[in-house]
Amino acid sequence: MIEVTGLSKKFGDVRAVDDLTFQVKKGEILGFLGPNAAGKTTTMRMITGFIPASSGTVSVAGFDVFHKPLEVKRRIGYLPENPPLYQDMRVEDYLRFVAAIKGVKRRSVDVEIYRVAEKSAITLILDSFIASLSKGFKQRVGLAQALIGDPPVLIFDEPTIGLDPRQIIEVRELIKNLAHEHTVILSTHILPEVSMTCDRVVIINEGRLVAVDTPENLTARLKGSESIRLEIEGPSDEIMRVLQAIPKIRSVGCSATRKHEISEYIIETDLGADIRRDLAATIVKNGWGLLEMKTEKLSLEDIFLKLTTSEERMN
Amino acid sequence: MRNIISIFKRDFRSYFTSPVAYVVIGLFLLVSGIFYYLLFSSFMQYSYAAMMQQQGVPINVNLMMIRPFLLNISVIILFMIPMITMRAFSEDKKNGTIELLLTAPLSNWQIVVGKFLATYIFYVVMLGATALFLVFLFWWGNPELVPVLMGYLGLLLMGAALIAAGNFISSLTENQIVAAVGTFGLTMFLWIVGFSIDFTGKIPGKVLEYLSIVTHFEDFSKGIFDTSHLVFYVSFTFLMLYLTYQSIESSRWRS
Repeated sequence: MIEVTGLSKKFGDVRAVDDLTFQVKKGEILGFLGPNAAGKTTTMRMITGFIPASSGTVSVAGFDVFHKPLEVKRRIGYLPENPPLYQDMRVEDYLRFVAAIKGVKRRSVDVEIYRVAEKSAITLILDSFIASLSKGFKQRVGLAQALIGDPPVLIFDEPTIGLDPRQIIEVRELIKNLAHEHTVILSTHILPEVSMTCDRVVIINEGRLVAVDTPENLTARLKGSESIRLEIEGPSDEIMRVLQAIPKIRSVGCSATRKHEISEYIIETDLGADIRRDLAATIVKNGWGLLEMKTEKLSLEDIFLKLTTSEERMN
Repeated sequence: MRNIISIFKRDFRSYFTSPVAYVVIGLFLLVSGIFYYLLFSSFMQYSYAAMMQQQGVPINVNLMMIRPFLLNISVIILFMIPMITMRAFSEDKKNGTIELLLTAPLSNWQIVVGKFLATYIFYVVMLGATALFLVFLFWWGNPELVPVLMGYLGLLLMGAALIAAGNFISSLTENQIVAAVGTFGLTMFLWIVGFSIDFTGKIPGKVLEYLSIVTHFEDFSKGIFDTSHLVFYVSFTFLMLYLTYQSIESSRWRS
């Protein structure tokens, strides 16, 4: 649906975006992850045709942004970082204006406004002046604006910024519900957001692509090792000695002693080596009590820190 | 066409949902009203004196009253235009709504023309309010209609040129104050170049005279219709609209 090829943007001597290439499939939610000033907004602005690329191409539904801007703009609903609202208008008048410039047919404007207002839960404030709305409602009016005309592609630049936790959950739910019918690109610097809402993640830093993958694969790929947490009842010293003898185990550590003879162990294994069966068998064979066993996933946050701090090494 | 009208309607209505419209029109009517009162008083004095002296020819209300009034308006306008056009593009740039306009399926021409129309129609409304002053003259006296209409035609044309220039300057900055001051500087320049004609050589004098935007209005105020002035105003308007278009388009230029 969206193809970004070799996209670069220079502001003077600064390379804000440097040779980005990625695709977004139809019906997919793509998370665009990076620290502040990584080039997320610039990239999104290039995809929407708001600013031109210095080099490289973007095509949306087969139309090149530079050569066929109107065709592309017709297919994109865009929520910029600051929702583009006219403060002196009422919500309904504003949506009516957006519907008109987006070419919604006159007859269906009323229905369309009601539909997007319903989706973004702003039906009750349609009569209010935008200037009088809270940040959360303004954000939702911005969302409603992007949904008008039911464009196949939706681009949200930090849609949950400045919202309170409850509103964040609501907006994420809304975005999740938009998937399948729409292709969504969503930028954020908040990590849990990506793992919660996105099918695939593009991570960029200082304008460069660092990784593209599903959140799960990224987690697996970037783990140097996997760790397993165990709670075992038995003599601590002996357990440590026996476990260390199992192949593929890198290290065994006793992290906490709960009660008499019950301790917690953290076991680091090689990447991709699933040794939980062997572990369980060994423990049972020795007559100890296996109380708990859990694979620990490296959170995206860890990955992200890893990615962005060791960026030089990765390349 | 619907796109142009949508932009026009939004921008035009926003004048009236904020105090801008009332302040600008009020100030304009106040200042032109004062001039009207002064001209009217002196006209009354003259005609009273003429009546006392038993002169056969009555004093011409077109010449003594309406023409100087229209000339005054043409100068007051120079001060009002910046206040009308300063928001046109600057406000959108400042609060990010330009991003909405430029990512909507609109051509840049539609944006430029829609915004020009909103500012221009506002100007027409403001100018139309002064017709109220003249209604009284027609009520109590019998001035000639054609020179008055010609005068207003001149003001409409001159206004289009200046409004287009104001739109262009507004499109260059996101700061409304800068837009207003810049436009004010331009209107003042276009007025004042006319003053220096006498002190310059023949050819530079001609050039400056041609540039002076108020000079072109003088014939209109006399009730004379000269196509060269029409050509000047219309081409000036189109040049400024073209520059505005390029200024918006420049954000799409590859760097």
